[in-house]
Amino acid sequence: MVALVIAEHDNAALKGVTLNTVTAAAQCGGEVHLLVAGSGCGAVAEQAAKVAGVSKVLVADAPHFADGLAENVAEQILAVASAYSHILAPASAFGKNILPRVAARLDVAQISEITKVDTPDTFERPIYAGNAIATVQSTDSVKVITVRGTGFDAAAAEGGSAAVETVSSVADSGKSTFVGRELAKSDRPELTGAKIVVSGGRGMGSGDNFKILEPLADKLGAAMGASRAAVDAGYVPNDWQVGQTGKIVAPTLYIAVGISGAIQHLAGMKDSKTIVAINKDPEAPIFSVADYGIVGDLFEVVPALVKELG
Amino acid sequence: MKVLVPVKRVVDYNVKVRVKSDGSGVDIANVKMSMNPFDEIALEEATRLKEGGKVTEIVAVTCGVTQAQETLRTGMAIGADRGILVETGAEIEPLGVAKVLKALADKEQPQLIILGKQAIDDDSNQTGQMLAALLGWPQATFASKVVLEDGKVTVTREVDGGLETVALTLPAIVTTDLRLNEPRYVTLPNIMKAKKKPLETIKPEDLGVDVTPRLKTLKVAEPAKRSAGIKVPDVATLVAKLRTEAKVI
Repeated sequence: MVALVIAEHDNAALKGVTLNTVTAAAQCGGEVHLLVAGSGCGAVAEQAAKVAGVSKVLVADAPHFADGLAENVAEQILAVASAYSHILAPASAFGKNILPRVAARLDVAQISEITKVDTPDTFERPIYAGNAIATVQSTDSVKVITVRGTGFDAAAAEGGSAAVETVSSVADSGKSTFVGRELAKSDRPELTGAKIVVSGGRGMGSGDNFKILEPLADKLGAAMGASRAAVDAGYVPNDWQVGQTGKIVAPTLYIAVGISGAIQHLAGMKDSKTIVAINKDPEAPIFSVADYGIVGDLFEVVPALVKELG
Repeated sequence: MKVLVPVKRVVDYNVKVRVKSDGSGVDIANVKMSMNPFDEIALEEATRLKEGGKVTEIVAVTCGVTQAQETLRTGMAIGADRGILVETGAEIEPLGVAKVLKALADKEQPQLIILGKQAIDDDSNQTGQMLAALLGWPQATFASKVVLEDGKVTVTREVDGGLETVALTLPAIVTTDLRLNEPRYVTLPNIMKAKKKPLETIKPEDLGVDVTPRLKTLKVAEPAKRSAGIKVPDVATLVAKLRTEAKVI
């Protein structure tokens, strides 16, 4: 039994969620190989070879892998798929986009967003926005799986010494072209991987008011997030959204400011280790999941909190 | 140009589902059912493309029980010209649905298939990508903007950390994200008109498709409950608790 993990990267560095996926792959019981499909991605392959628990790194390096186009990457995975019992990718925009194509072509089901490996063919996954957890057993010969990063610890980034093997690249499908990318620039940690997250909701009142969360996030080295209500109101960009339809986070500390706690938001953060809620409404549902709550005006509480942190 | 819009009948997004006590699934008897919200966005987008003169016909399709006809009628009230129900009482997984849709696409020959990025019941996020693979078509998932011109479709996608734009040759698959558009309210005259639009019912067997599930659901359980904590009187107490009790800062 050998599992293949599809590495997510930007041709310069491996994305952290790949490491959580490696842990899930290792729990499937056999060896773990990593596939790095990219363009000029030698540095990524070197990093991949050092990941603890990985015994081989396959590298497919070609210009048409530069931007992770699903058509090309899926075809590359299929070209090496026959050697594997399990094929796993992070349940990120990258992995979700590509892996179902692989499953369909292999004529097997995909098991999406697993949070636990029970046995090599039985997995747990949330359904109904996390309101229920299904335990599913695959009857297919190959298990194609996307992995929710927050369900698994990250494998150590150092300590391994895998062999790196270059595989021949499949041809460009020619059916899709990458046009461009607008990524938000930020010095803060990435939302899904951050140890501490400070999120604001509709209670912030405006996009400008989000500025009062910045000193708090700076002090704690936290990523900044938001509820869907705040995103829909246009206060902050889409990619800040934490929730069922946004990002799923599970930091050690989650601070919800002016967030009422709609089910859809709770689905995205309720696995955080410690939750703090700051809200002026003592009846807000967020307090039912918070370890520590402060009832009060966020415009007074947040600056006071920053001061108290020193 | 013809557009196919696959839709799914799901438990309404406002309903908080309950897990059955025997762990066999969630209880959906007597709960409100609606069109999957992402599919509503797909129909709205197709309808806007038609209103903009880029599309001539919209066909809404669904797989499911007899009552899924209502979902198709809603689709026709939004803007679909006709509906196809692939009727089955059995549970079909995304791979099975993708096979059914491939058979329909082979028959209908659409240039574009727009569907929701995921259904809010099983949260699989697979059908569009699987269908694209089976048809050998390119795909743009998680769309927040769709521009159709000169034999290609240019799609802005919501990805981790921002937006990405891809251009696809037609025929192609687009899956919708929340911010693509805001679906219109369905008006009474349109509901009445929808009742007169053609609705065809077929069986998966008629399409020669095997939709046998590949996954066995062994158990469905409630997620671990998080108990409510305490309210603290001031920030000093909060910081002290975070430092000494929770030890997270």
